[in-house]
Amino acid sequence: MTAFVECEGLVKRYGRTTALAGVDLAVPRGTVSGLLGPNGAGKTTVVRILATLLDPDAGAARVGGFSVTEDPERVRGLIGLTGQFAAVDEALTGFENLVLVGRLLELPRRLARARASELVDRFGLTEAAGRLVKTYSGGMRRRLDVAASLVAAPAVLFLDEPTTGLDPRSRGEVWDLVRSLVREGTTVLLTTQYLEEVDQLANGIVVLDEGRVVRTGTPAQLKAAVGGQTLHVRPADHDRLAEVRRIVVAAVRGNLHEQDSPDETSVSVALPPGGSAGAVLAEIGTRLGGAGIEVAELGVRLASLDEVFLALTGQGA
Amino acid sequence: MSPVRAARHSLTLARRNLTKFRHTPDQLLDVLLMPVTFVLMFVFLFGNAVSGDWRTYLQFVIPGIAVQALMFATLGTAVSLNTDLRTGIFDRFRSLPVARSAPLVGHILGDALKYVLSIALVFGFGAVLGFRPHGGPQALLAALGLLLAFAFAMCWIATLIGVVARTAEVVQALSLVLIFPFTFGSNVFVPTGKLPGWLQAWVRVNPVTQVSDAVRAFVLDRPAGDSVTWCLLWTVAIIVVFAPLAVLAYRRR
Repeated sequence: MTAFVECEGLVKRYGRTTALAGVDLAVPRGTVSGLLGPNGAGKTTVVRILATLLDPDAGAARVGGFSVTEDPERVRGLIGLTGQFAAVDEALTGFENLVLVGRLLELPRRLARARASELVDRFGLTEAAGRLVKTYSGGMRRRLDVAASLVAAPAVLFLDEPTTGLDPRSRGEVWDLVRSLVREGTTVLLTTQYLEEVDQLANGIVVLDEGRVVRTGTPAQLKAAVGGQTLHVRPADHDRLAEVRRIVVAAVRGNLHEQDSPDETSVSVALPPGGSAGAVLAEIGTRLGGAGIEVAELGVRLASLDEVFLALTGQGA
Repeated sequence: MSPVRAARHSLTLARRNLTKFRHTPDQLLDVLLMPVTFVLMFVFLFGNAVSGDWRTYLQFVIPGIAVQALMFATLGTAVSLNTDLRTGIFDRFRSLPVARSAPLVGHILGDALKYVLSIALVFGFGAVLGFRPHGGPQALLAALGLLLAFAFAMCWIATLIGVVARTAEVVQALSLVLIFPFTFGSNVFVPTGKLPGWLQAWVRVNPVTQVSDAVRAFVLDRPAGDSVTWCLLWTVAIIVVFAPLAVLAYRRR
């Protein structure tokens, strides 16, 4: 068996609602897999089943070769879980939260405290460690939550929307953290609503929609399937929009269709997968400069989740 | 999971409650004020009417008020457990290799401090007003043991309510519906003999009556009859029925 975390035909129903309608999933050891999908797609349900918090109605799930339904105790010894809603105790200090988890894992008091200190330092919470968690910012709380799931140095880490609601800087910090954990050999399954996040972190992607897997592949395959990147230019002077449009169309050499820009103040075009976004950007920059057009915004971004779903399912997320 | 490990997990989680009391002592306020209010209210409201003078009534009512204070304290346990369950923290406990029952048992043990405090306050404040126990220190300890054992049993009913109810308001409503017939439909405030016949039938089987009688017997050095036996039987029966139910409901949640 090559996969360290795997699901086969997972089904979960709540009354008449089918949360999962047969989900297959495989995460090879030491890699990151991203579970991508809109709210209600079933991402959290998959994670809760894998974390032994929920029993599936049908199908099987294994972590490290152990069945989550038949051998939950063994599975719990392998995993760390960071939920969508920070699972830390607000009425305790950050340090006490980490020591509590260590003590529950039956570390001797001295070791539990040492491990807590180590994690507090690693997560940049040294200053705040002695404060009650209810005084923490959202980003600090999330970091503490991730720290708490790492006390046991788990072989598998489940991160359920680890960056939802975080500011860009905190998001970057969580990403750096995931990368360093994977370097140390941790297997990670993360759920997210952001294509950018799986593009940054994941080796494999599973796209979920309404409890079904609609696509699996690598980030590159997914981007190829959904049209990859979008180029976006907004002139400082609204009156020069027509000129900008001409320059952009010329720079991308007419091999792309122009997308509607919703606000009529900018130009957006889809770039083909595999093309050099840098070269196109540089060329547009030069031409705009040559024409003396001031630009308020110029950039390339990944397709949004909406665009991914439009491409994969024919409807928006 | 061995019982020793389960006990260790429970104690670790009980410590968590104690640490929280230390950080935010104001959550003990209701437990501290309620016994004092009960003693003042019942002694001066009913004392002269029931016993002829409030000093005689004080001797009769203090042991019963201790039982009543415990019943109301379990309401706090149910509410705080329910609140805990709706945060992500219990998911964390459940995803760790920790005994299934530990978060519940830990919660109950952690609240034991509240129970000891409310018993101590009822007897302490009673003593200020002139309540005098006649039994020796051993009898007092035995009474304390009975009270805590009964409180532990009632906690499992509170835990079941706390786990099953969807909101804190539902917990309050369900608990009060249970607490009122048990505490007021007992001989805590009025001796059984002074009640109408049909009510006496209920009052005699009510566990709160049995516990109050047993505690009175120890504290006031009076004949206990079979109240101690009944008190222990009820305690065990409630635990045997409600502890597994509460753990089952918690697992399915």
